[in-house]
Amino acid sequence: MRELSVTLAGLHLKNPVITASGTFGYGLEFSRYGDLKALGGICVKGLSLAPRQGNPMPRVAETPCGMLNAIGLQNCGVETFVRDKLPFLPWRDTAVIANLYACDAEEFAELAGVLAAEEGIAALEVNISCPNVRAGGILFGQDPAMAARVTEAVKKRAGIKPVMVKLSPNVTDIAAVARAVEAAGADILSLVNTLSGMSVDVSSRRPRLANVIGGLSGPAIKPVALRCVWQVCRAVDIPVIGMGGIASAEDALEFILVGAHAVQVGTANFLRPDFAFRLVEELPPLLERLGVSSWEEFRGTLKV
Amino acid sequence: MADAGGCREVAVLSRGAESPEGERHGLWRLAVENPGWTKAVAGQFAMLRPLRFGRELTWARPLSLFGVTPERVEFFIQVAGRGTAHLAAMNPGDRLVMWGPLGRGFAVEPDTPTLLLAGGVGLAPFAPYIAAHPRPDNLRLVFGHRPPLAAYPFAKMAATIQAESFHEEKPGDLDRFTALLRERLADYANGLVLACGPRPFLAAVADMGRAAGARVQVSLENRMACGVGACLGCVEKDAKGELVQTCVRGPVFWARELAAFDGGLETPGSREGCACGN
Repeated sequence: MRELSVTLAGLHLKNPVITASGTFGYGLEFSRYGDLKALGGICVKGLSLAPRQGNPMPRVAETPCGMLNAIGLQNCGVETFVRDKLPFLPWRDTAVIANLYACDAEEFAELAGVLAAEEGIAALEVNISCPNVRAGGILFGQDPAMAARVTEAVKKRAGIKPVMVKLSPNVTDIAAVARAVEAAGADILSLVNTLSGMSVDVSSRRPRLANVIGGLSGPAIKPVALRCVWQVCRAVDIPVIGMGGIASAEDALEFILVGAHAVQVGTANFLRPDFAFRLVEELPPLLERLGVSSWEEFRGTLKV
Repeated sequence: MADAGGCREVAVLSRGAESPEGERHGLWRLAVENPGWTKAVAGQFAMLRPLRFGRELTWARPLSLFGVTPERVEFFIQVAGRGTAHLAAMNPGDRLVMWGPLGRGFAVEPDTPTLLLAGGVGLAPFAPYIAAHPRPDNLRLVFGHRPPLAAYPFAKMAATIQAESFHEEKPGDLDRFTALLRERLADYANGLVLACGPRPFLAAVADMGRAAGARVQVSLENRMACGVGACLGCVEKDAKGELVQTCVRGPVFWARELAAFDGGLETPGSREGCACGN
């Protein structure tokens, strides 16, 4: 299979490999380890209107087959990103996807407006796994109505940019959130964000993260992620980008087999910084071996 | 294309302890193939991830460079947990993924009297520092340790520069070691002081060095996942209150650049945040 490209709701990717937000910096950190132009897409570190410091240290902890993080969305702010980072990314060759973080729907909309004006941004990814400050801190992504409101707000200001909503797995019924967000106008869904978790040290009797609770990622969460993607793909008509614990080309194809159009790779970028570049190279021979000649004949063909 | 300093799979060439004491206390030398590194500076580090980690152990381990020749890259490791235990048990031919050299190393000022202060396995970066220094007569080393001296590669380093060691065996010894450090630091007004070791040791050195009028660099070993500036796990607050990545802006910093070492008070980060953790 030579043609790896895929188009989702107007978002063109030269291959279905996207680096996940929060695991690939602003892209440039990895240019020493591979050609950024070889990637399908780059989701940059979550951006907020103002720069953010994030949570106190320690804010990462290793766990079996994965890790916990509670970075708290440390980022340089959208203005600095647009001025100092975006111009150096190869956005004509590789889709640069801006990940948005905000505390209320109005702020989300404002952020979307700023990013929608940038030629170098291919799509917006909305992080709804964050607390709605105006609603007592309940997470946008845990309430279908609030998730829909944020989606609408972003969509209104996004212009022609496809809007991708990133779903949290920490919900009772992820398909219900997916349907609500689809009805609100989302063009693409990406899932899953991290699983809420914690880790403690019995000798110090302290949590391993200063924030106590953090997000679990890595191969440990792949079965949960795969289940979520499977359920969501059956519930909606818009394209889905799957992620959660992908650490090999086989893992990536599992997500496509259950219905995803593309994948994001995250924690594996920490296992080795050339992971995403290698994944792009490993897909064609694996597809060849499996006798796959196009994405259309493979995607969503899980036999059940 | 990735350069020679990119990410490479390399084989272990040798592994051995300095002495039976080293073996007993989990202190090992590990040499791996040099994947083509041509320039490396003492104080820089590499990320090492044995293939045997599989998916079970997630992160590569950051290790300070102990020696770099055209053929080999050497590390001096103390077993501190499961990852370092894996590394210390590697045999010749075993393979690992390595990326580096990473970060910023120690300042070299040939004509400035320079005091090297090492605690435990923090001795490692000073071996290549001494080896590359054009004026070893301007260097002096003070080394504090708990396992016996024979477990460390101290003798070879002491053969080329003025060096002394201090064995911390019982609780009261720490005060005597601190007194020794203060006494040595007093001779380095306007001199250069380079420190590597546990964080409390670095904090004490930074305080005493500042009082003595020395310019102090400290090498931090904050917990990190990636080593390339992306995970934001290893951040340290700088003197302006900004969080900077230890892996790319350090691991060696001027003490006065950091909030925790510049004599001011450390202010905690915010706690507001995102349940997804990102």
